[in-house]
Amino acid sequence: MAKVLMKGNEALSEAAIKAGCTAFFGYPITPQNEIPEYLSERMEQEGLVFVQAESEVAAINMVYGASAAGARVMTSSSSPGIALKQEGISYLAGARLPCFICSVTRAGPGLGGILPAQADYFQAVKGGGNGDYYTPVYAPNSVQEATDLVFRAFNVADEYRTPVQMIVDGMLGQMMEPVELNPPPRVKVDKELYATSGNSDKRKRNIVNSLNLSGLGLEQMNHERFRDYEKIKEKETLSEYDVPKDAEIVFCAYGVPSRIAKNAISLLKKEGISAGLIRPITLWPFPEKDFLKLPKTVKAVLVTELSMGQMIEDVRLALNGSIPAYHYGRVGGVVFEPDEIAEEAKRILKKGGKKK
Amino acid sequence: MATKVIYDKSKGLDEKPFHYCPGCGHGIVHKLIAEVLVELGVLDKTISVSPVGCSVLAYDYFNCDGVQAAHGRAPAVAIGLKKACPDKIVFSYQGDGDLASIGTAETVHAAHRGDNTTIIFINNAIYGMTGGQMAPTTLIGQKTSTSPFGRSKKNCGLPIKVVEMLAQVPSSHYLERTSVHDFANIRKTKAAIKKAFQTQIDGKGFSMVEILSPCPVGWGIAPIKAMDFVKEQMMPYYPLGVYKDNGELTKLSGGEK
Repeated sequence: MAKVLMKGNEALSEAAIKAGCTAFFGYPITPQNEIPEYLSERMEQEGLVFVQAESEVAAINMVYGASAAGARVMTSSSSPGIALKQEGISYLAGARLPCFICSVTRAGPGLGGILPAQADYFQAVKGGGNGDYYTPVYAPNSVQEATDLVFRAFNVADEYRTPVQMIVDGMLGQMMEPVELNPPPRVKVDKELYATSGNSDKRKRNIVNSLNLSGLGLEQMNHERFRDYEKIKEKETLSEYDVPKDAEIVFCAYGVPSRIAKNAISLLKKEGISAGLIRPITLWPFPEKDFLKLPKTVKAVLVTELSMGQMIEDVRLALNGSIPAYHYGRVGGVVFEPDEIAEEAKRILKKGGKKK
Repeated sequence: MATKVIYDKSKGLDEKPFHYCPGCGHGIVHKLIAEVLVELGVLDKTISVSPVGCSVLAYDYFNCDGVQAAHGRAPAVAIGLKKACPDKIVFSYQGDGDLASIGTAETVHAAHRGDNTTIIFINNAIYGMTGGQMAPTTLIGQKTSTSPFGRSKKNCGLPIKVVEMLAQVPSSHYLERTSVHDFANIRKTKAAIKKAFQTQIDGKGFSMVEILSPCPVGWGIAPIKAMDFVKEQMMPYYPLGVYKDNGELTKLSGGEK
């Protein structure tokens, strides 16, 4: 397929269809509306399922039902809507059901605003639903990468039987970029081993369930899930590591703000300051190992996020005190400029950073 | 003399013994559903959706695929299943806390979309599993663990009438209220359940049977008294009968039919 110019939200929707998604359940909320709007047309054309649910709560439970039946299924929403889906995400994780959940994030808390923000790192990465669970979380920084990660997300969901989330900041959802949709081979799994597809004449009956009233039984279910989480950490962690050997400071940023960080790095280079970037592409699992291989020249890590400071907690855990980490954020839908975060980097370096 | 089997446990039920309390109506309704699924020849292609409440373990009992849903969300889970496998039979089994309280939106909108799914709704006027708290269906004056002085209209309003409400939703197709307090009504309940599943098999749309059912433990009375309570206290407020037939309002719900 040749490159075409597409809006982020529409491109990732088309990628979902090309990934073999057969059912979409959603509810209107800005700034993700292009996804259900686009899919309401395309799913119909393809003879697939599109349902505009009565609420985000209902939509995620429809996803739960369709996934239980063995379908490749997705929902999309934005921050407050994802908050409403947390109950369902916890059930999906508990019942070991795959699905793809896309959040085109906006500013909060509460109703907040519809401008781009990254204040939902905690929501996606640290859960929000009840119980011990994680979901893989992808954070693309371009329309092309968003579509590539949609393909990957559906495969990872099926392979590990887990809900998978993608955080698309409002900017990426709304921007147009050239994109080429190249679906990779579909991972092979036998869903009849667990799916309640109404085929109990051909196999033993299947039950999809997160309930276990025996303490030891439920403990075992949790351990089984966490064994898969270890495999996901080992095999599915993605990042972009671009740190020169003489870097004095390293930015850590994800999504579109990582592109702003790249511009800031260019500005600093012109002034003779060597700076690098660690860009988590999976927010969970977090690319912890990248932080352990930083050169000794690095005096500080500057986490630039469109939040009051959320990812910085994982950066500090990864650094484990080896290098000081600083946060610079703008919130409410305000986006920092490259020179703004370059100035912050210089200020930190002037102040000292790591003591020699 | 050769022996002849004249009554046997339905193949629609698993061997697992019910966990329900003595005198509870769930076991009766489970049996009726299982018999109907076998009689209609659809057991193997049926998927049950169990709620949160006393019947949370219903998936253990119906001898077909089963999904356990979050509290109140069973109709949404059911339509997800049905959309993924439209040629299968999908039903949710829900109590009054699940359906008439936390799940009202999912219930109304399943009817509103005309989902081709079936709901078996157990109205026993109380939250059973959590220990006998007041439900939206609890009668005025009825004492529960959260209405110790009896439900008052002033604080809690009048009990909700679910089939009456859903009858007003234009896309609902078949709605009936029955009871399992005696043999005659158990037989009528089975006929209603059969008609509801037939509605789905025929692809006609949303069907629901609301079943008045005793909860002697939750009500704090003996099983036989509980049967009397259904007849004497519940039935006058919750009249039995067909509220919507073939998509049309019946006389019971203000229609012509």
